[in-house]
Amino acid sequence: MSVVLEQIFQVGFLAAIIRIATPLAFATLGEMFSERAGVLNLGIEGIMLLSAMTGFTATSLSGSLWLGVLVAMLNGMLMGALHALFTVALGLSQHVCGIGVTLFSSGLAYFLYRLIFGQQSVPPSIKGFQTLPIPVLSDIPVLGPAVFNQFALVYMAILAIPLAAFILYRTPWGLSVRMVGENPRAADSAGVGVIATRFQAVILGGALMGLAGAFLSMAQFNAFTFGVVSGRGWVAIALVVFGRWDPWRSAGAALLFAFVDALQLRMQASGLGHIPYEAFLMLPFIFTIVAMAFMSRNAVAPSALLKPFRREER
Amino acid sequence: MFRLEARPSTPAWFNLALPLLAIAATLVLCSGLIALAGAGVLESYGVMFTASLGDSYAITETLVRAAPMIFTGLAVAVAFRAKFWNIGAEGQLLAGAVASCFVGAIPMPGPLAMLLMAIAGAAAGAAVALIPATLRVRFKVDDVVSSLLLNSVIYYALMALVEGPWKDSFSGYPISPPIEDSANFPVLIEGTRLHLGVVVALVAAPLIWFLIVRTTLGFRIRVTGENPEAARYGGINVQRVLLSTALLSGALAGLAGVGEVGGVHFQVMSDISPGYGYSGIVVAMLARLNPLGVVPAAIFLAAVMTGAEAMSRATGVPAFLSDVIQGTALLAMLVALLFTAYRIRRVGAAK
Repeated sequence: MSVVLEQIFQVGFLAAIIRIATPLAFATLGEMFSERAGVLNLGIEGIMLLSAMTGFTATSLSGSLWLGVLVAMLNGMLMGALHALFTVALGLSQHVCGIGVTLFSSGLAYFLYRLIFGQQSVPPSIKGFQTLPIPVLSDIPVLGPAVFNQFALVYMAILAIPLAAFILYRTPWGLSVRMVGENPRAADSAGVGVIATRFQAVILGGALMGLAGAFLSMAQFNAFTFGVVSGRGWVAIALVVFGRWDPWRSAGAALLFAFVDALQLRMQASGLGHIPYEAFLMLPFIFTIVAMAFMSRNAVAPSALLKPFRREER
Repeated sequence: MFRLEARPSTPAWFNLALPLLAIAATLVLCSGLIALAGAGVLESYGVMFTASLGDSYAITETLVRAAPMIFTGLAVAVAFRAKFWNIGAEGQLLAGAVASCFVGAIPMPGPLAMLLMAIAGAAAGAAVALIPATLRVRFKVDDVVSSLLLNSVIYYALMALVEGPWKDSFSGYPISPPIEDSANFPVLIEGTRLHLGVVVALVAAPLIWFLIVRTTLGFRIRVTGENPEAARYGGINVQRVLLSTALLSGALAGLAGVGEVGGVHFQVMSDISPGYGYSGIVVAMLARLNPLGVVPAAIFLAAVMTGAEAMSRATGVPAFLSDVIQGTALLAMLVALLFTAYRIRRVGAAK
């Protein structure tokens, strides 16, 4: 046990947690915005993969990392708009559309990647984001090098959490999002454009999913592989539920999962792997399923989740 | 002016016309990608067709690939009929594969082994599907998310097994030990891979159709899905119907795994299913949740998968086109389904 504790308080370990949490935080916040507006987006897994691919490709061709990030975000927004077109404008079933979007975008990511880069024995890589130490703050012992000597995208994720909470709880638009997710009929009567607000929320969510994908292929792995996302989108779906659709709790859930994941990696590396590492990877899913059973009594999910809104149907 | 208006009922030929429309739209949309890859569209689709359905050997290969998707397609169709949103066919398939492989490794007479493999696989799939159904019935937990998340749980459990205690000590790879030779499903046509499981899949579809359309359980499943209030009013125990549906759906998805173990791989590895569980959703939607439609829909997807590999070799278009086609077909079918709810009518044309 003392070995485990020793590991935890290492700077490298803390830094690893933050890095693992970053794409999950982006993805979780993205899914949260979408679901708060009443739209479950199961397209997240595919959207992250396609964004990771397009962002990587843009950087690889142009040499500019930020152009890649922008492309990934725009790509995420486009796929979000596609999901919204099907589920919000046309009112089609959200879960089936989401699976459709995931199948479509992952297929497209594989196809375009193979078309652009061909089949290579060593996957092409880029010079990804470098750590950007923040003056003064990075000199704080332990916390400094772990939190303030990170990639720029990590800082963006850290800032995105309070910003998401502010937008959701303190702005008129955030209120609209919560209204259309809870009671679209009432929102409509109050003059809130249900369709428009849902579109905006799903597209904003897509942008965040795009950032998550960009982080994976441009900061964490510096390459695109077919397994670059490997279920992180599904993890985000779980974390949103576990975080009770709240930005702070969702981000906290992402951090908790990142801690478990980092611990698992350390235990594997240090040969302490008596417990199979997959047991740790399963935890967020099992916890979420159990948590859902306990939460169901106080109904915290947005009431209109999965329900399309059609104005003429009264 | 044109206006959308609600359609009270749909003519029967829609069942055939809509999937064909969706598939046609998909092929047109995806031809853009073929052109992007610098190959001839008709030539590429032509290669795809001949390589998957052009001769008898190709047809057997396509059928072998279709078999698991017939089962997962049936699993999803049955579940969706009752509005039990089973997105977990992938995990149920894996559970079925593990259970059947476990049984198949025990030495016993071949026919008995195959029967027990099927029973074990179906039971394992059913047990997994029962979890989201029970959570929904007991705790009102959303079945979409719980069944989806279970896929990851099962997947990691399978990985832990084949990388740990169940790892094949001979090969050294993260795969399970093989099943007994006597438990390998018999090949029906020599020189092909067409195994007994394929025939079972083809027979299962009409059986499930009969069950849904002609039996009391089927009636209950349909009423529960179409109008749970009416079902309750009519004395149907909706919760029990949901649980039965989950058992049936999970068992079918489990059988998909049994076929892959007994007829194709003879052992279990973590990538035993290239997403057949998710393809089942595509198949079921293309079939309009009709068990008889599941067979041609699964054969279509299987043909695209086998054909895409040959197309890639012949024209250089990446074989991943089949993944794009699958996703596009699902989305196109969903849009096509709008025609069942609405129709376009000209209004106020004359001034």
